[in-house]
Amino acid sequence: MNETGIHKQLVSATINGEPVEFLCEPQQSLLECLRDILGLTGTKEGCNDGNCGACSVLLDGQLVNSCLVLGVEIQGRSVTTVEGLADWRGLHPIQQAFLDADGFQCGFCTPGILIATKALLDREPNPSEAQIRAWLSGNLCRCTGYDKIVRAVQSAAAQLRTSAASPLC
Amino acid sequence: MHTPKEKPFAVIGERLPRYDGVDKVTGKAIFGPDVTLPGTLYGFILRSPHAHARIRSIDTSRAAALPGVYAVVTAADLPPAEDTEHRYARDNTLAGDKVLYAGHAVAAVAARTPTIAEAAARLIAVEYEVLPAVTDVLEAMRDDAPILHEEMRTRSLAGRGDRPSNIASHFRHVKGDPARGFAAAEVIVEREFHTLTVHQSYIEPQAATAVWSDGGALTIYTTTQGAFAVRDHVAWLLRLPLSSVRVIPTEVGGAFGGKNTSYVDVVAALLARKARRPVKVTMPRADVFMATGPSSGAVFRVKMGATRDGRITAAQAELYYAAGAYPGSPVGSGANVMFGPYAIPNGQIDGYDVVTNGPRVSSYRAPGGTPANFAAETVIDELAEKLGLDPIEFRLRNHAREGDERLDGGTHGHLGGIETLEAARACAHYNAPLGDPRPGMRRGRGVAHAYWGNWGGRSSCTLTVNGDGTVNLVTSSVDLSGTRTTIAMQAAEALQLPPERIRPSVGDTDNTGYADVSAGSRTTYATGIAAIKAAENIITQMRARAADVWGVPVASVVYANGVFASGSDLRFTFAELARLATESGGAISSMVNVDVPKWGAGFSTQIADVEVDPETGKVTLLRYTVVQDVGRAVHPAMVEGQMQGGATQGIGWALYEGYVYNEQGQMLNANFLDYKIPTALDVPLIETIIVEVPYPEHPFGVRGVGEPPIIPPPAAIANAIYRAIGVRPDRLPMTPAHLLEKMGVIGNR
Repeated sequence: MNETGIHKQLVSATINGEPVEFLCEPQQSLLECLRDILGLTGTKEGCNDGNCGACSVLLDGQLVNSCLVLGVEIQGRSVTTVEGLADWRGLHPIQQAFLDADGFQCGFCTPGILIATKALLDREPNPSEAQIRAWLSGNLCRCTGYDKIVRAVQSAAAQLRTSAASPLC
Repeated sequence: MHTPKEKPFAVIGERLPRYDGVDKVTGKAIFGPDVTLPGTLYGFILRSPHAHARIRSIDTSRAAALPGVYAVVTAADLPPAEDTEHRYARDNTLAGDKVLYAGHAVAAVAARTPTIAEAAARLIAVEYEVLPAVTDVLEAMRDDAPILHEEMRTRSLAGRGDRPSNIASHFRHVKGDPARGFAAAEVIVEREFHTLTVHQSYIEPQAATAVWSDGGALTIYTTTQGAFAVRDHVAWLLRLPLSSVRVIPTEVGGAFGGKNTSYVDVVAALLARKARRPVKVTMPRADVFMATGPSSGAVFRVKMGATRDGRITAAQAELYYAAGAYPGSPVGSGANVMFGPYAIPNGQIDGYDVVTNGPRVSSYRAPGGTPANFAAETVIDELAEKLGLDPIEFRLRNHAREGDERLDGGTHGHLGGIETLEAARACAHYNAPLGDPRPGMRRGRGVAHAYWGNWGGRSSCTLTVNGDGTVNLVTSSVDLSGTRTTIAMQAAEALQLPPERIRPSVGDTDNTGYADVSAGSRTTYATGIAAIKAAENIITQMRARAADVWGVPVASVVYANGVFASGSDLRFTFAELARLATESGGAISSMVNVDVPKWGAGFSTQIADVEVDPETGKVTLLRYTVVQDVGRAVHPAMVEGQMQGGATQGIGWALYEGYVYNEQGQMLNANFLDYKIPTALDVPLIETIIVEVPYPEHPFGVRGVGEPPIIPPPAAIANAIYRAIGVRPDRLPMTPAHLLEKMGVIGNR
């Protein structure tokens, strides 16, 4: 118990494929736990009320705003953040597509948009432009005007479809 | 001074990978809120709920006594004010005797956790005497308006006013004989326009982490457009030697002018000094809206006259800009932009800088330009319509040229505005049919054209040659959206090296030369010039080293395509000479500091196709094109990104964004749900047409790019709406309710 009388709770979860245990206060959001307790600062806070999408993560494969999930809610569950996209082989095709298409400027909303894109392409490998725009409408970007983001998602989708068709990796 | 080189360039104009790109897609890039030093405490700022009140007392004792609290500060912890400007800055950091807007900082706490800090701040007892508030610019000018600053007198050409007023200043520009100009006009249009306060709405909130050495040196990690601007501000308010304040800029998650100004750095420094621990202060989103510097809401009265053959004979405008709590609105810049594209023989512009009970405004991309352009370009469109002229043709007939005097004084330099308009007139979009509307809908196409002056200013660049022939490039210009890359590309071009041999980074105030803020579309332009000059110095030094090694006259050593040579048999590649040189004779490096006195203006012409639902007033953008003179596109993909992003911010200003205040002067929509910025669903793919009219004062012809594209969208969309439904919007944002009022579907509110 700390000065304010709050008992911390132990949470066990899988984050980016690795087992993780941490202590958090019961009112702390998953976003706070990721950033302040686990040091995973790739996930960003833009508004802390679910309106900007900068804190997007996958929770058991579902796209969520981590500011609207409590840390204690991930007990026994699996979380993917931007830090979990690249692996030993290198960048994820979505990351490469955003690099190649200049799909970001300042880069602050980018982690959330990459995660939202992964959630979209996991369920819809060949989305239309309208589907991409609707899906990403929960992720605010103030720099790009979205044009190059939409093109990056289209390019990533094409790349992922190609690699899915050739099962070398 | 320089003649632009002929294309092709080796590096300039290539779509290269960004040096910082990988870190931005992997989450490794460290932004302001990501900095945490060992032992960091968390700051929380207590803010006034009242828009205007006298502070009777502040009791911090209960907060200070809360376990886990390490420091509590108020304005009493700041050195006393030295003069009016200093007092404004001091009071805007932590309120003195009065709060002037809802959200005004009153006290701050540092504690072990954010939860404790916020809980402690709520224990601070502030006794207020609430005063009437005024947020509307015209109401603030009335004789019976609540006065924000008792000592304020209007500054004008007539001198200093004789009684308290919220009008901080009034300026007037006159050119020719406006009365005669209007007498010569055969068509006159006169209109009034109202716009709201809008916010830059960068997604990264302000955040600073301050730490003191035991010897009294202060280090601040902060998200800012200018490390030196923060250093100077903090030293000024805390009365520290400039040498004792080190500001280390982080990556910046969007700024658009809003991070030219310092908000939390001084508070973090005060708390850290008292707590003797590092303190991080991060602004919650609501605080960002209520207490950082947005852009002015404004009112315009515009009158323009023209002859039947389409010549503008006179223009007259009054501009009223809400500055928020302290003077300093961008009304002067609005006056500069408003009629900037045109050669107008007679005119008068009156500008008023008016304080109101809102946050003190700061810069927002082309400060003051967007609403002024909305007013002027709507009137221009109406004139063209009344004259039966194509709107682009009318603008071309009146376009300014180099040497023309503007209505706000000053003379135009080298311009690419006519080329920009001509490219717009020739483009596919302008010549394509509008297409049939959906049943019950109406379609229209509008254009608008904008001038923006851009900036040069002070920059610094250091190049250091390494023994393997690679080069480190360090600037003090904060990189907001890719300027590390565009500066390094210019250095690579000048060094005649492949860009992968250069590694650029952003330095801090202890290890780089002075730079102005990364603002005014100046960074690629002015810091690029510093990089080119540094590269030229490097080549000069290396030619001398080669001459020494070979024992030949320096004049005989030539450098081309990465190879130093003298005569027919003496050759060093850049890397070979770099190895020799670094092993003997000392390092080869060059720091160049510049203050670039001239810069090239930018122009943006934009075309909007809209579909309007006359039953609901909803506006849908069908197609959108941005045409812009950029001088020379150093990195075309980034240039397109600036054009698209700037236009999208202007689209938000046009259709969605604006501060809404209640009667008490409190902001009602301080969140991203109610203050709506464009989402991916609100804009179409934005077409870009890059026009290159090289600016002769830059070695590669570069002009500023970032700001011009935000200016024309409201006017382009308003003019398209008029073509669709036959009424001219005169308010921003052009909400469905505004259009329904204009159409007479609903009554005026």
